[in-house]
Amino acid sequence: MTDLILRFLIGGAVVSLFAVLGDIFRPKSFAGLFGAAPSIALATLGLTIHHNGKLYAAIEARSMMAGAVAMAVYAAIVSWILLRYKSRALTVTLALLPLWFVASFGIWRLCLR
Amino acid sequence: MLVDLKLASLRSTKPHEYAIRFLFGGLITAAAGVIAMRYGPVIGGLFLAFPAIFPASVTLIENHERKNKQDAGFDGTRRGRIAAGIEAAGTSLGAIALVLFAFILYRFLPGHDPALTLVAASLAWLTLSTLLWLLAKRRHAHRH
Repeated sequence: MTDLILRFLIGGAVVSLFAVLGDIFRPKSFAGLFGAAPSIALATLGLTIHHNGKLYAAIEARSMMAGAVAMAVYAAIVSWILLRYKSRALTVTLALLPLWFVASFGIWRLCLR
Repeated sequence: MLVDLKLASLRSTKPHEYAIRFLFGGLITAAAGVIAMRYGPVIGGLFLAFPAIFPASVTLIENHERKNKQDAGFDGTRRGRIAAGIEAAGTSLGAIALVLFAFILYRFLPGHDPALTLVAASLAWLTLSTLLWLLAKRRHAHRH
């Protein structure tokens, strides 16, 4: 339980920090880079290495590559739709979120299983 | 300057918007830990790249840009949507660089100092994402 609370607090702080960096940088296209900053990884890998060791964390990192590819695809499609159609950002991002799951688990199934 | 800092943007973000990002960030980080505990590091690792605050951040940009335009007396709907789309394009480039970050950890973490490996991976992410952004910017400039 302590571990989870610690992950929540550290994760919230680190993710918020990168989000703030995204707020203050201009232009918007550069600020957007920070939407894909390794915030969750940086927040948790220290704890993971401490509890489970470096090899465990390396295995997580291997899967993270698949998640990152899925994020790139997801964000690119969101961008494409927002720049071309009259859609609200919240609607598009939430409606397409299953795409991240399909892509990341698909890559996992094909390459990492 | 290619890149600029606009600290005044921090004032336009409301406290509850900061709180939402903290909450989502904290929840997904904790959830990634739970998933790894339950299903192992192969599945848990996927969620280290989950776009946790992406919907909130992009929506925030859209709302802020729309409001700025409305304050000036215009309908800011299109402006907000375009700004959100541009931000999302940047996130896509950052995610490509995130693959490099993860690869460096996967390749070098087992045999090297973890802190140094994390720093190296983070610098690699920053460098590659910035390079990709510069390339995209140059390509866009040549087209128009």
